[in-house]
Amino acid sequence: MNQCEEQAEIVRQEQLTPEIFRLTLKAPEIASTAKPGQFVMVRTTSCYDPLLRRPLSIHQTVGNQQVQLLYKVVGKGTRILAALTPGQKLNLTGPLGHGFDLAGHQALCLVGGGMGIAPLYFLAKEILRTANPTKCIVLLGARTATELGPLPQDFMDIGATETHIATDDGSRGHHGFVAELLPQHLGPSPWTVFTCGPHPMMKAVVGQCRQHGWQCQVSLETMMACGISACLGCAIPRADLSGPYLHVCKDGPVFKAEEVAWL
Amino acid sequence: MSEADLRITIGGLVFKNPVLTASGTFGYGKEFAPYVNLHHLGGVVVKGISLEPRRGNPPPRIVETTGGMLNAIGLENVGLDRFITEKMPYLRGIGTRVIVNILGDSLEEYQALGQRLSEVEGISALEVNISCPNVKKGGVAFGTDPTMAEAVTRAVCAHSTLPVIVKLSPNVTDIAQIARAVEAGGAQAVSLINTLLGMAIDAKSRRPRLANIVGGLSGPAIKPIALRMVWQVAQAVKIPVIGIGGITTTEDALEFLLAGATAIEVGTANFVNPRASQEIVEGLARYVTDNRLDGIDEVIGGLILS
Repeated sequence: MNQCEEQAEIVRQEQLTPEIFRLTLKAPEIASTAKPGQFVMVRTTSCYDPLLRRPLSIHQTVGNQQVQLLYKVVGKGTRILAALTPGQKLNLTGPLGHGFDLAGHQALCLVGGGMGIAPLYFLAKEILRTANPTKCIVLLGARTATELGPLPQDFMDIGATETHIATDDGSRGHHGFVAELLPQHLGPSPWTVFTCGPHPMMKAVVGQCRQHGWQCQVSLETMMACGISACLGCAIPRADLSGPYLHVCKDGPVFKAEEVAWL
Repeated sequence: MSEADLRITIGGLVFKNPVLTASGTFGYGKEFAPYVNLHHLGGVVVKGISLEPRRGNPPPRIVETTGGMLNAIGLENVGLDRFITEKMPYLRGIGTRVIVNILGDSLEEYQALGQRLSEVEGISALEVNISCPNVKKGGVAFGTDPTMAEAVTRAVCAHSTLPVIVKLSPNVTDIAQIARAVEAGGAQAVSLINTLLGMAIDAKSRRPRLANIVGGLSGPAIKPIALRMVWQVAQAVKIPVIGIGGITTTEDALEFLLAGATAIEVGTANFVNPRASQEIVEGLARYVTDNRLDGIDEVIGGLILS
């Protein structure tokens, strides 16, 4: 456990699309130990409205000094984040949870939907740097083409083998769901699929993996108050629906797909 | 300059300062060790323990509200046996008082918890949860009825050698009446308030935001209610009162002490600022020093009415 509280200075705030922002922070303590799939809890205000910290996946670390977060403005907390400018400070706790299992995978496929793309970039960067996979296919889903901004190109720039896109409105790539791209781009086993995104998307991806015998790791998101397994708010049921609940902040946020229930 | 004297006494126990952490917001202590010097705190009240492990409520379990949050965790906990074998060894070494919050479905369960925990080394006191509103057959009946509240207090006190603090529910018409009842039952202190029963609805889907439909409201939003109840109870009983409810800053803590609380518990603030409890200890020390007080006990009940 290397988690800590850090007053992170904002280095850069980039608006990628009308709603999506990329925030780069100087947070050496967190950056030097963070692993792909881990998250930070962001205190958006020193006042108490909104009250709770916001869990955000680490989009990447830069040179053991910086942490980058990718977020979409959806409410009060993220609106406050979007108004921050370089030089201002943001209080983070992290790195939290346990991330993706990077070991021993040859052919990889990363499937991201919406802001679920955030942790997959950190994963792709680390795994391409350290594990020398035979293939790294990236499949990205969004409602519409403009929602993706520069993200598809970002994956190509770090050496992804292929990047394919699906949009709900057909404005770019496949017209339909991103999970539908899996069978046409992946051959028979052994593939390892890593996925993060809206629940219905991940459920469809997990279904494809089960059908084709691919290993699958999922990064889940829930409401949580603390991120450090004190509030127990982030409970999710196990695959067999019995026994104690799993907690996303501590047991996850990354799970093997077969560990959790897909209701 | 000598160090500020923050010591207070509850149930014959001297606490190094009046800042405790509220049950259910501080895990079993260890979760906060990366953020807080636990030995700086007056004490740690651990997550509520039942005889058997509890699974808790289905998700979603929490929802944020204006200045607060609703929770319906459903008293998920590891159960008494695992608490003693897995959690107590760490807690014995944290260098501050450990208070174990207990909860049960029957008088017999409360008795058994009181008895078993009295035999465990390293526990300073029990805090009896008679008020958690989340579990349908849970403590709600004990906490809302003076006779039952007195009975459960008596049951724990009779079977335990530890000081007994009874944690009161605010979801009653007259909290002072319940406080008097548990005092009569032998409680050495009362702590209040537990969460206020609340609700949130997603207007778009027309569904409740919590799977349990209703949940307990906590956080800064409830502080004025908690403060009023602490003040009322402090008038009504002779035993020490521990103030809980939306305390996030030193000034909040001082308000509760002025209203008559001997100690306070920091709850939801721990989620927002994991260092909140320690910062309040430091803030109280500054207050005592800056105001040239002999000790923090000069603040307790110091509300001026004129």
